Amino acid sequence: MHRTGSLYGQFKTLEQQKDTATLGMWIFLVTEVMFFGGIMLAYTINRHTYFHAFAMGSNTLSLGLGGFNTVVLLASSFTMAMAVWSAQTSKKGLITLFLSLTILLGFVFFGVKYVEYAQKFHHHLVPGKNFDIFYCANNPTKCEDIDAADMAKEKEELEAAAKADPDLNAHAQLYYSAYFGMTGLHALHMVIGAGLLLWLVKESMAGKFSAEWNNPVDIVGLYWHFVDIVWIYLFPLLYLIDRHK
Amino acid sequence: MSEHEHTEHIVSPGMYLTIISTLLALTGITVYAAFVDLGRFNIVVALLIATIKATLVVLIFMHAKYVPERTKLVIIAGIFWLALLLFMTLSDYFSRVDYRGIRYPMTQLISHTIEHRG
Repeated sequence: MHRTGSLYGQFKTLEQQKDTATLGMWIFLVTEVMFFGGIMLAYTINRHTYFHAFAMGSNTLSLGLGGFNTVVLLASSFTMAMAVWSAQTSKKGLITLFLSLTILLGFVFFGVKYVEYAQKFHHHLVPGKNFDIFYCANNPTKCEDIDAADMAKEKEELEAAAKADPDLNAHAQLYYSAYFGMTGLHALHMVIGAGLLLWLVKESMAGKFSAEWNNPVDIVGLYWHFVDIVWIYLFPLLYLIDRHK
Repeated sequence: MSEHEHTEHIVSPGMYLTIISTLLALTGITVYAAFVDLGRFNIVVALLIATIKATLVVLIFMHAKYVPERTKLVIIAGIFWLALLLFMTLSDYFSRVDYRGIRYPMTQLISHTIEHRG
């Protein structure tokens, strides 16, 4: 393609080139909004229909781990924004530093997610043949990571919920399908984002980004922030139902 | 297209710091609010705080405040389309009565909603 410096042939100015790239990325992000929006809508309808089971499911999630991951992801958005700033002001060393920090925080998020998922496997909370929302209440010795007082409270709540909804186990399974589906799709987006960031680190180490040319940093930044926004909604939707009892 | 040269708006690190602090504070508030019994308004408060957080990310981190009008139009059209999806689908679900006269969400079959929401 014909190119003068950082300016591709079909554009008149660098500004027009940048605006075009941003516009294109936003159009893609709108399709992503519809994608996640549809899933969250389906989740909302199920949550409304099977309220007790969804509240019980939500209460079995670890608020500490979920909250920690929210902080980690917000921090990664900040470092991403700082990487864009470094590029816009041609601070080449800082671009690599902030991009690497963003990847690092992304991996902290994956690590915590791994701990969470593993816990769900141990507690028989993965949808399928062995799913049993009552597992920990009935086998407290097998779930030693849960505090005894919390466990007693959970057992009480489970019994009350089972009275209100006779098919609690099946409906709780629906909650956990939504949990794994939504957090899984979110994590998949983060894996793609981390891959793009690795590529950006390589390019930035070659000194390719500056005030004149930083479209890739900016565009991947938009994607990363979008993934952050998805989590901003997933956190209250999945972790914070009916916590006040 | 105007002739003016490079006018890209650069958001300062100080501004980013303000935004990230606000986002973290709002995360704390939303966790705290989840433990206060607001009845059916718990979900409203949670989603309201999430929307404030998302708006801050879009406007400042994603520079939506500083992009050309046509890009803003795309963003607003996207949000509008999402609103249509949510509003039309939910209004159908929450007002539907089936041939047996049973209202969604099948409150006669599973007694939970009425009992829970009082």
